[in-house]
Amino acid sequence: MPLYEHVFISRQDLSNAQAEALIEHFSTVLADNGGKVLENEYWGVKTMAYKINKNRKGHYAYLRTDAPSAAVQEMERLMRLHDDVMRVLTIKVDAHDEGPSVQMQKRDERDRGDRGDRGDRRERR
Amino acid sequence: MAAKPFFRRRKTDPFAGDNAPTIDYKDTRLLQRYISERGKIVPSRITAVGAKNQRRLAKAIKRARFLALLPYATK
Repeated sequence: MPLYEHVFISRQDLSNAQAEALIEHFSTVLADNGGKVLENEYWGVKTMAYKINKNRKGHYAYLRTDAPSAAVQEMERLMRLHDDVMRVLTIKVDAHDEGPSVQMQKRDERDRGDRGDRGDRRERR
Repeated sequence: MAAKPFFRRRKTDPFAGDNAPTIDYKDTRLLQRYISERGKIVPSRITAVGAKNQRRLAKAIKRARFLALLPYATK
C-alpha cells in the first residue's frame, strides 16, 4: 500500500480534546477501509498566514498513513464534508521520516517570536 | 574582472552536499529564508539554489502556502 502524509486544519473554536477526537475519528475511517495510521501528531492551535473561512487560527493535525487509495479518497471526501475541517492536504511519499516532524520539534521555541531569522536576505547578486 | 572592486566568492547550493537540510513543506523556518518580505519566492540566482532543488523548494513553499503556514502575499 502506498504511504501518505496528511495535514488537516480544523476550526479554531474547537477545544483541544475535540481536535484530537477528529484525528481519532478519521483514523477509524481509514482503518475501516483497510488502511492504517502509523503515526499522528497534533500540532496545536497555530496562527495561520492568512484567513481561511474567516478564521485566523486553526488546529493543525498531521497523520502518517499506509493505506489504499480508496481509503484515502473516502477519508478526504468525509473531511471535505465535515463542518469543522477547513483544509486537507494529502501527499504521497516514498518513505516516511523517522521521529517527530519539524513542526513538533520547534513547537516550544516558536512561541517566543518566529521572525528572528530575517537577516538572511541579501540585497543584490 | 579588473574593474571589480573586490572578489565575490561563488556561492554554492545550500541544499547540495552531505549534511544539507532536506526540503520539507512542514519546515517553515527553513522555507522562510527563501521567500521575500512580500511573500514571493526568491529567484535562485540570488539564493544560489540549484535548478533541481529550486523546483523542489518552490513545490514545498506552495504546499506550505496552501496550509497557511506561509503567506501567499503580505502587506
